[in-house]
Amino acid sequence: MQTIFEKSVTGRSACQIQKPMSEETELKEFRLTLDLPELSELDIVRHYTALSKRAFGVDDGFYPLGSCTMKYNPKINELACNLEGFTQSHPLDETENMQGTLEVIYSTQEYLKEVTGFTGLTLEPTAGAHGELTALMMIKAYHLDRNDTKRKKILIPDSAHGTNPASAAMCGFECIEIPSDKDGYVDLAKLSELVNDETAGLMLTIPNTVGLFDKNILEISKILHEKGALLYMDGANLNAILGIVKPAEMGVDLMHINLHKTFSTPHGGGGPGGGFVGCVKDLEAYLPAQRVVKDGDNFKLDSNFPKSIGRVRAFFSNFGVIVRAYTYMLSLGKEGTQRIGRYATLNANYIRVKLSQYYNLPHKVNCMHEVVFNDEVQAQYGVSTMDIAKRLLDFKYHPPTIYFPLIVHGALMIEPTETESKQTMDEFIDVMIQIAHEAKASPQMLHDAPHTTVVKRVDAVKAARNPVIVCNMCCS
Amino acid sequence: MKNYNIQDALFYTKEHEWVKIDGSHATVGVSDYAQDLLTDVVFVELPNVGKEVKQFGQACVVESVKSVSDVYSPVSGKVTEINKDLESAPELINNDPYGKGWIYKLEGVNESEKSNLMDATKYKEFIAGLAH
Repeated sequence: MQTIFEKSVTGRSACQIQKPMSEETELKEFRLTLDLPELSELDIVRHYTALSKRAFGVDDGFYPLGSCTMKYNPKINELACNLEGFTQSHPLDETENMQGTLEVIYSTQEYLKEVTGFTGLTLEPTAGAHGELTALMMIKAYHLDRNDTKRKKILIPDSAHGTNPASAAMCGFECIEIPSDKDGYVDLAKLSELVNDETAGLMLTIPNTVGLFDKNILEISKILHEKGALLYMDGANLNAILGIVKPAEMGVDLMHINLHKTFSTPHGGGGPGGGFVGCVKDLEAYLPAQRVVKDGDNFKLDSNFPKSIGRVRAFFSNFGVIVRAYTYMLSLGKEGTQRIGRYATLNANYIRVKLSQYYNLPHKVNCMHEVVFNDEVQAQYGVSTMDIAKRLLDFKYHPPTIYFPLIVHGALMIEPTETESKQTMDEFIDVMIQIAHEAKASPQMLHDAPHTTVVKRVDAVKAARNPVIVCNMCCS
Repeated sequence: MKNYNIQDALFYTKEHEWVKIDGSHATVGVSDYAQDLLTDVVFVELPNVGKEVKQFGQACVVESVKSVSDVYSPVSGKVTEINKDLESAPELINNDPYGKGWIYKLEGVNESEKSNLMDATKYKEFIAGLAH
């Protein structure tokens, strides 16, 4: 397929600007210096329509990308956030003119406090890692405020998302890795050994990235708190326990919540997202500065928090994301919310059991919302996780997350989410079984997969070793 | 379990680096096991010549298609030479981890630090014991 630059024909344009002759000439000359593609409106429409047909999203098919919670995003969310009262609201307007907008922000905040058990919450961070950084800044501010200046170390399990050590390093902490025990949980003995008066906190993903709920969580929070360290929960996997467990009651001091995962707001392509941070009473003072507070029947903005870490985002964060998440919360209600985690867990375990005869399970226990297999069985035929993932493309499935978590060699991490039907999962399971048979019978066919896609197997190694970053059209 | 090439004359770390100690000089690289685990290496961020490294301290970075990993120095010393060939041919680490895939050389090495490392026999036992 040609790029839009390659389709360009000199002199062609999609519109005529009605301006006096002199200005039009100037504009035309200016435009020519910009190296923009020249196409008719029809050319442009066809180009992007063709591209959109080659894209793949949850609305196209099953998307079991582990750790990403690619659940269906109900269309009623779009309806709500496109209401004129929201689309026409301006962040610099007088607060009395945007009471509805502020009410949605306030109510979303209160709802999230209720389901997490936290007393304080900020809606400013706009991505998971942004939430991590915000929380770490709060942890830092908390310790420094108590003149506890020695706490420069953050503990991170070896199964953690890569963003955890990145955020901690960004915030000036030294990262210390904690090994997992053979069952995939935090090694308690090692944790006790590592926590001391230099530990600022532990960043823990619950359930963890192997899809397991750490049964020792109360013990973990106790070990930390006894030594004055804080427990931060990476909420990437909150979907599995939403409405069932309140993180604050497990001893978690602060956590981030990915609205674009758990609360059905769109994600992919880098956003927009929501990585809101909740915290316990002792940390409230350090939350980002601008907060929406209730004053009688009205809502107002309050920035008078002297110990706050300051603002981490302009205006009202990704407001459209807040409206979508709020709509989702109201659509589900309390009972609906409690079904999310149960169905997500049931679906992952259904796939786990159905595929366990065909693929190796490194941790042979019940999982939560996602299940991690690996390629140990297929490796004896020379077939890798990459081959399996590429072959899935031939069957119009988005492949699962692969080679993560790093502690599982050749990991294949499947997260079906609660929004998929048994029929969809059965079809996927049949395909996975077929691929397991193919691995034995015709490994070469899997090495060459995908066979039916527009772009065949790309040479990722060559691309990384010899990246061509100069475009032939305009940079030559 | 694959058959890994573990060379007898070298010493190894738990993080899978190897070191060849020659009096107060040493050469450092990553083991065959490490290169297999990393998969295709696509970039090596070499240390600067003159850099002082500590035993088990971070020395440089190796990047594969799969991950970015720190290389920890098996012994302390001062970097005297780096393998510039890795800049244009990082695959040398995969193809020849103990030969052309060496990463850096050190001087001022204290041979007694060997006692904190594994010899080939111990290292073979160590990787055999790792969950795979």
